[in-house]
Amino acid sequence: MGTTDVTDPRYYHRVVDCQWACPAHTNVPGYIRLIAQGRYADAYLLNRESNVFPGVLGRTCDRPCEPACRRGRIDADPVAICRLKRVAADLRGDITDRLPKPATRKNGKRVACVGAGPASLTVANDLLPFGFDVTIFEQSAEPGGLMRVNIPAFRLPASVLDEEIGYITSLGADMRYGTRIDSMRALLEQGFDAVFVGSGAPKGKELDIPGRWDAPSQVHIGIDWLANVHFGHVREVAPRVLIIGVGNTAMDCCRTVKRLGATDVKVIARRGRKQFKASPWELADAEEEQVEIVEYHAPRRFVVEGGVLTGMEFDRVEWHTDARGRQVSTVVGETTIPCDVVILAIGQDNAFPWIETDIGIDFDQWGMPTVDKATHQSTRAGVFFGGDAAWGPENIIWAVAHGHQAAISIDAHCHGRSVAERPPEGMTLTSAKIGMHAWAYENAYDLASRARMTHESLEKRFADLSVEVELGFTPEQAAREVQRCLNCDIQTHFTASLCIECDACIDVCPTTCLTITTNGDSEEALRTRLSAPAVNTDQPLYVSDGLPQTKRVMVKDEDVCLHCGLCAERCPTAAWDMRTFDLRLPYAGQGAA
Amino acid sequence: MTSIAKPPVRHPSARLNGLGLALRDYEGAMSTLCAGCGHDSVTAALVQACWELDLPPHRAAKMSGIGCSSKTTAYFLKQSHGFNSVHGRMPSVTSGAAAANRGLICIGISGDGDSLSIGLGQLSHAIRRNVDMLYVLENNGVYGLTKGQFSASADLGSRSKRGEANEQAPIDPVLLALALGATFVARSFSGDKQQLVPILKAGLAHKGLALIDVISPCVSFNDHEGSTKSYAFTRAHEVEAVHADFIPLRHAITVGEGSEPVQVVQLHDGSSVRLRPTADDYDPTDRDSAYAHVRGCQARGEIATGLLFVDETGKDMHDFLHTVETPLIDLPYEQLCPGAAAMDDLMSRYR
Repeated sequence: MGTTDVTDPRYYHRVVDCQWACPAHTNVPGYIRLIAQGRYADAYLLNRESNVFPGVLGRTCDRPCEPACRRGRIDADPVAICRLKRVAADLRGDITDRLPKPATRKNGKRVACVGAGPASLTVANDLLPFGFDVTIFEQSAEPGGLMRVNIPAFRLPASVLDEEIGYITSLGADMRYGTRIDSMRALLEQGFDAVFVGSGAPKGKELDIPGRWDAPSQVHIGIDWLANVHFGHVREVAPRVLIIGVGNTAMDCCRTVKRLGATDVKVIARRGRKQFKASPWELADAEEEQVEIVEYHAPRRFVVEGGVLTGMEFDRVEWHTDARGRQVSTVVGETTIPCDVVILAIGQDNAFPWIETDIGIDFDQWGMPTVDKATHQSTRAGVFFGGDAAWGPENIIWAVAHGHQAAISIDAHCHGRSVAERPPEGMTLTSAKIGMHAWAYENAYDLASRARMTHESLEKRFADLSVEVELGFTPEQAAREVQRCLNCDIQTHFTASLCIECDACIDVCPTTCLTITTNGDSEEALRTRLSAPAVNTDQPLYVSDGLPQTKRVMVKDEDVCLHCGLCAERCPTAAWDMRTFDLRLPYAGQGAA
Repeated sequence: MTSIAKPPVRHPSARLNGLGLALRDYEGAMSTLCAGCGHDSVTAALVQACWELDLPPHRAAKMSGIGCSSKTTAYFLKQSHGFNSVHGRMPSVTSGAAAANRGLICIGISGDGDSLSIGLGQLSHAIRRNVDMLYVLENNGVYGLTKGQFSASADLGSRSKRGEANEQAPIDPVLLALALGATFVARSFSGDKQQLVPILKAGLAHKGLALIDVISPCVSFNDHEGSTKSYAFTRAHEVEAVHADFIPLRHAITVGEGSEPVQVVQLHDGSSVRLRPTADDYDPTDRDSAYAHVRGCQARGEIATGLLFVDETGKDMHDFLHTVETPLIDLPYEQLCPGAAAMDDLMSRYR
């Protein structure tokens, strides 16, 4: 197996599982360490560099980082990364003087953004400080997109959203509220240097089965219904409600109907719990509010009697794996569940009726625009897509990641550079050694189990639609939870030429990550010769150059390394060193002048 | 020293041995030896050997004297008995412990200072008595605790860290043990666990004193150029004379695997060791052959390693002294102390 090239930032980046999994590559261990030091404002600003909305995401993120967290491979529960982010936001104090400042000189480039959701706002955040004029067209009267109208206030208070969006709009964005874009052609004719489409996936999926249109006032589309609740068009709901679908929108719908007076709320799923799309924590929060989850029920028809919806008929199904490994269902019975209202939360579609087909923007057979994965540019130069508008529904953190990349492209496009030449990622690697046995991080392993979030009492939360359910971690809870982080960004850095093969690192490693062995064959063969044979082959192996005395190689299985630094402490020659890895992500405005 | 305790976390593929214990259950306290000390690797090899043998920790007695090496006993088998004795007196204390309790598995850890200077007489007589014990001599050629003076095992011409050459002839514990009639004599290297672990296992299973001279470099005072006990020098000059594979009891033995000649020695407890000499004329069950081979290597500037000599037919201390099978602690008081009448009777015989 070849020598591992650790000068490529991607190697050490991958070791930081949370940062690698985060679409925006937020420096998670870095900000957790700042929280541990009580530096909440610094933690918030480090967060904001990459994810722009720490307060919002600290409450609503889909948390791709947490399933990836190394701690989850050690003692089952990952670090509560998401809610620690909220701690940084809650306790940051006044940071306004440390935010980016409006540009003092304009660069004469004009950018239009369609929709004021997280993707467009990120584009504006990245471009405004460099003198771009950014105009954001938003059909409703307030910015935020789905963050505002689809996420209920009991999960995300409006004040949090207003404050973080305010940081961006105060950079000088030209906000055109109540302005719906009906024609891309007309928009292009306004002479913008670039157009960014961040209009989301606004069309809820239909369930066109018998009876759907017989009692239309009692059947709703989830995201539209949530928006109507947000705007105050819907203030109450009948007692018996069925939610069809079991994603995160369904969870928001079922919890909202409970607050509007429904007493019998059932969420209906075609599949079993393991296949649910909803995040496990959102499912748990809904069940805490006495929402019933009904598995293995496939909708057959709406039961409408005399123009009034009285229930819904379902096939009861069983799932099994067919010969080709696919999940197929068989009907084993049928059942009718009485109800007064049905809310459909079975997914979202994109819709671009306002983009003309003859202006050079190509769409595929499913009506999705052809967008380059790296540059976010459509088939028409200067028109970019991001967020749910680009490749369909994702979550907020993906929209932010898209916004950053699109901003880089827009910057390049407006200055006549190739959008395809992406600025490289960089890294800094500095020794964390600050004394004989002292490191610039806390390397002791804390046995604490994951902190539990405190929730508002059921009584109080049902009293008002906007009472926030999660109370956030106390500083004491946060102080304990941060110690569970394994500091994966403090890398074990090896210098083969210094090694005397004394075995000290191998003997001391608590999780048997290290091996000195002969090289010269495949990775598979090498994995069988490790001190502890690798069980998780998704994690990379580090392989050193040949060692000076025997020409064998040092091999490290990254899988369950605790980053405790004992290998470096027991190394007599500092061949092992703990080094702080800081990934330098490219952003707009950093390209060649 | 290290700044933190070793985290109590195991690799997910970590297995349990026949007693349901994990490898890490055989560890001890965190080492306070210098980073890179060979002794820590010997500790790790002992942990490995005891775990693989399903050795019950509460049956082991860890015995030591004074010196860096003698600290080793603190770093493995945290749930065992132990006695950290006076300088050089570990063999006597172990003799007493073994005599009092035949059920103990005695593991003595010593160094070149503890065994070849102040304790040379103790070592010699423990070999003669053939105390049933594992005797690990962690040999680094210097007095590390007093900052690197030559010890009795320093080779002629070997240079100290300050640059002086040693002018006194060394005591080679392997040749000494062979000359004194030891029944199990081996030499290994802390940096070669593949060799060391099977030898430790065979030594633990051996009836009588199993002496293992382990070259265990002192990373602080004897790992420089000019040293003959450094990691680099040992690697460059080590010649494995006999390769030993330990075969536990109840394990199918297939003699003659491969083309190389193999000698199988049945050990006291039913396990066995397969010996593969690397030289044609070498017989590891013949004392004179072993002595001649080690001397020959020495003359060529080579360090002969491996299980150099084994004789499983010898008598041990228990045979010489007719010690009782039952540990003294388990004997009824009347048997241990015959009483005043018996004493008077005994005394009257000398009047």
